Amino acid sequence: MPEVDRQEGEIIEKLRAASSERIPDPDDWLDEETKRNVLITTIDAALNWARTSSLWPVICFTACCTFEVIATSSSRFDIARFGMEVLRPSPRQADLMITAGTLTWKMAPQIKRLYDQMADPKWVIGMGACGITGGIFRGSYSVVPGYNHIVPVDVYLPGCPPRPEALLNAIEMLRKKIRHNSAMVEGS
Amino acid sequence: MTRSADAIGLAQTIGGNVEATDAETILVPADRLLDIATRLKNPEGMCFDYLDMITAVDYEEYFELVYRFVSMAENKRLTINTRVPKGNPVVDSLTGLWKSADFQERELFDLFGITFNGHSCLRRMMLWEGFQGHPLRKDYGRGA
Repeated sequence: MPEVDRQEGEIIEKLRAASSERIPDPDDWLDEETKRNVLITTIDAALNWARTSSLWPVICFTACCTFEVIATSSSRFDIARFGMEVLRPSPRQADLMITAGTLTWKMAPQIKRLYDQMADPKWVIGMGACGITGGIFRGSYSVVPGYNHIVPVDVYLPGCPPRPEALLNAIEMLRKKIRHNSAMVEGS
Repeated sequence: MTRSADAIGLAQTIGGNVEATDAETILVPADRLLDIATRLKNPEGMCFDYLDMITAVDYEEYFELVYRFVSMAENKRLTINTRVPKGNPVVDSLTGLWKSADFQERELFDLFGITFNGHSCLRRMMLWEGFQGHPLRKDYGRGA
């Protein structure tokens, strides 16, 4: 018998001898009634699941990309599938800002105020050419060259305007991003 | 559809150095604008009761203000042009006659830098306080 096979056999026999008893499941301490009603998970997974499934956009659409958002929110494209059908007029009840349209410097303080009024955690989708860079109006005296001069942008969505499918793709990208978030601060 | 007013006849009726530049347009001196507009609003048989719009054109030598009026009673339209010098662009306000002149004169003040005498609240409208220059002027952005 080759030496290597003998050693392997010894290891397996030792493990078998040590493994006669079943290791208790993490939820073995729960009684039967509790077991059927409690889902064990990490706090991150639970929070991120809740957040990805109920992104509520704030209604602050400044220009023509709005119509793509409206199309996306109505029955044909139906963002209700993502738990997003509630567009909030109040920023305090919203956690997503979709920058649908050109932003002028005159309007910029209001957008900043709306963003500041949104409760954490909050995200921003930079929608359309104007939302990303100012688009064709970039050189104008009155236009902000991109929302990221005013608010932090999580996902950039190019297009002039982007089609509803593209907006849905951006929402899916944002959901992926949120799933990788951690609500827990290390060391706390 | 409105029909054009008889600008040539109107210019002759008003007299002075008022001239008709086309079938529905009269050119008036800036200092007589308020006087002529007052007469046009309440003349016998032609009541220009609606101020459609005000705009301005930047020509090389002067700014030309363009006022478009409509007479609801007569179903007629009329354009009045007046010219102001670039060095001192001042003209009388028409807000006392047509309230709709208010915002449009503010817009011209904002974007062309034309001052309207008698306007009750002449301040920037499209742009913010502290903005330098008047963007719809041809020399805007050329260091002028």
